[in-house]
Amino acid sequence: MIPLQNYLIFSAMLFSVGLAGALTRRNAILVLVGIELMLNAANLNFVAFWRFSSDPNAMAGLMFVLFSIAIAAAEAAVGLALIIAIYRHYKTTNLEKVNSLKG
Amino acid sequence: MQFAFAIIAALTLVSGIAAMSLRNLVHCALCLAVTFAGLAAMYLQLHAQFISFAQVLVYIGAVAILVVFAILLTRSGEPVTHPVVHSSWIVGVIIALLVFGVLTKVILSSSISSAALHPLPPKDGPSVREIGNSLMIDYVLPLQVIGLLLTAATIGAVIIAMHEPKISQPPASTPRVNGAEVPHASGHSAELTHHP
Repeated sequence: MIPLQNYLIFSAMLFSVGLAGALTRRNAILVLVGIELMLNAANLNFVAFWRFSSDPNAMAGLMFVLFSIAIAAAEAAVGLALIIAIYRHYKTTNLEKVNSLKG
Repeated sequence: MQFAFAIIAALTLVSGIAAMSLRNLVHCALCLAVTFAGLAAMYLQLHAQFISFAQVLVYIGAVAILVVFAILLTRSGEPVTHPVVHSSWIVGVIIALLVFGVLTKVILSSSISSAALHPLPPKDGPSVREIGNSLMIDYVLPLQVIGLLLTAATIGAVIIAMHEPKISQPPASTPRVNGAEVPHASGHSAELTHHP
């Protein structure tokens, strides 16, 4: 049986990869992908804590993950629609060129 | 068990790093699908079968395909010549490493890793019937709210991405004499001004 901290450390690694991608990539689509990776790392934490809980009938962890997946799907749909609208306006998805509001 | 965890974790991490660092965006989307599949395998290992299948359906089946569609519609799949990361990418990497360091330190120094949690007896995940009962009795209000949110988000996404109607431009001003167009007049006058 794998101890809980292995799952937690793996989840932290995945979160850091997603964070690094979201902070460094220029393309808006990949920034959204990085955010999805971070959400997935959080979901893995929920499932791991549910598995190691002492209450055998507790369902809250699983339910949390189900709702989180649904919210992530809605977020991906709206985010990609926004990216397509931005592309139509600026003819690019490069975030360094979308700087009309830059002070 | 330990071995399977190591293989799945390595596959998921490598494909996640590839999804964040490859130059071609289509390759990034494919690596993203592999990452989601690795996470689904990890849920199976944790005996959360329903979550695993939901992950396959929603993430590999919908989100990855949505990302591919977005790459297609924004023509981001074409090879790029300029660098794909920010000029100050090193700052982002340092921030991510700092976050990872803090998280690891907290996990390793907390009580969950020292002693408390012994390996549990094998616990089968809840059946679909139990999950359905739980969704329809205990969590019925969150379920309704999620349904409303998904409806609103889908309608909003369609409206945002809908083709905006072109603003009808006023017709180009052509010289009119008594309401009838005189197509040659402007050209003639231009000739006259060029060759007086």
